[in-house]
Amino acid sequence: MGKAFAVLVTLITLVSIAFFFLHTWWLPPNISTTGRAVDHQLEETLIGTGVLFLAGQLMLGWFAWMASGKSKDAPAKRFPGGAASLVVTAILVVGIEILTLTFVGSKAWGAIYLTPAEPGALRVDVQAEQFAFYFRYAGPDGQFGGIHPEKIDDGSGNYFGLDPANDVAARDDIVVGSLVVPVNRPISLTLHSKDVGHSFYVRELRMQQDFVPGLDIPLHFTATQVGKYEIVCTQLCGLGHYNMKAYLEVMSEPDYEQWLKTQAGQ
Amino acid sequence: MNRKLLCLLPAAAVIFYSVTAGAETPTPPGGATISGKVTYTGTPPKMKPIDMAKEPTCAKQHATPVMTENVTTGPDSSLQYVVVYISEGDQGSAPPSETVRYDQRGCQYLPHVLPMQAGQVLQIFNDDQTSHNIHPLAKVNPEWNKSQPAGSLPIDTKYDKPEFIPVKCNIHPWMHGYFVVLKTSHYAVTGQDGSFSLKGLPAGKYTVSAWQEQYGTQTQEVTVGGSETKTVNFTFKALPY
Repeated sequence: MGKAFAVLVTLITLVSIAFFFLHTWWLPPNISTTGRAVDHQLEETLIGTGVLFLAGQLMLGWFAWMASGKSKDAPAKRFPGGAASLVVTAILVVGIEILTLTFVGSKAWGAIYLTPAEPGALRVDVQAEQFAFYFRYAGPDGQFGGIHPEKIDDGSGNYFGLDPANDVAARDDIVVGSLVVPVNRPISLTLHSKDVGHSFYVRELRMQQDFVPGLDIPLHFTATQVGKYEIVCTQLCGLGHYNMKAYLEVMSEPDYEQWLKTQAGQ
Repeated sequence: MNRKLLCLLPAAAVIFYSVTAGAETPTPPGGATISGKVTYTGTPPKMKPIDMAKEPTCAKQHATPVMTENVTTGPDSSLQYVVVYISEGDQGSAPPSETVRYDQRGCQYLPHVLPMQAGQVLQIFNDDQTSHNIHPLAKVNPEWNKSQPAGSLPIDTKYDKPEFIPVKCNIHPWMHGYFVVLKTSHYAVTGQDGSFSLKGLPAGKYTVSAWQEQYGTQTQEVTVGGSETKTVNFTFKALPY
């Protein structure tokens, strides 16, 4: 019985590990300039935890195999130095691994979230609300109109609270339901929430950032591949949370300029 | 034919007549008519296209994008979706037995402005392949909101007090409309050409009101005789922003 258990544990372990080597359920392709660092960090985490998992499970199988068939009265072997040194060793090994991952990872994280956007990045304002995302471009004048929360009126399409009657800069602002960006150009987002906490998550960008009502949160990226990607809300925000999504459309520069012109004309 | 049956025929005819008459609109035959047109002066705001990309089942129902409807204009400076009704002078009547229908279709409220009489039964349908959560923002009447997944039965409800109630969907922020609950049975919503007609009015003096969701209410006093037809026009001042 003990030997059968040992074989089963070893089999389950090897099959589980094989899925990772075969990339059976793997990440979607990365399309951002900073995504590689995130993937690298994830690979290191998987290798670190994978080696410990493999070693732990194989040892379990090995011990089960060796102990099988022994009499109950046989003396049990002890870890050298007893239980105290076993616990200290485990804490040190696991602790060092987690601290290493944290320090290495914080560098990758900081490079994405704690650095300013490149000067000249295309600015897009994002408004999250139950249960949609809206995106605002400055329009032909290059100026964003001010935001007045008391002016927000979904019925007339004023999702940001613009005041075009008194604010000339707001008159040509372009507000749309999809995030359209040119490829290979730095994009600088400012995230606002109209109501509750939401989250901006695009798996291909390897980015996830919460919206917090009352805060203007900056986020920047450069998309490197033309295509259409899903933006989903990953912060449970209410009844329609499952349905809160938008699309990121990465276009070639001429396509983007054309799109912008069409939008400005509407 | 049996004599007794023959005697019953007139009675049956009377019953039949009263049943069919009851099913018609409550407007009495004849009476006076107030008709006219609602227009604007100035420059109305440009309506914006609604981006339904996040709800593909709705987006694909519209060949061209649906526009916002808060100031809907037509040819010759006409204004659509203006509710014209008798605000004073009408004694009021019992609510009609017909139900009024409100549809959620293609992630739009149809019609955009729905007038009804206080106490009249209102049926709300979800014709879409997606969930809606209708939320009429009533202040005088009780406020509620109800989820309606695709394929749900219609919601049956009614409002007992006159009120202009903005309606929104808690799932699709762009969906917007109005329930206009009125005391009178004499009301109309202007069509694309801005015209309206209030028929079957008993002779008398009336206050006619025209309500537009963004520009508010205008009133005019009109006196009509027996089967007279009077023209009353309303003009709203439109601002671009």
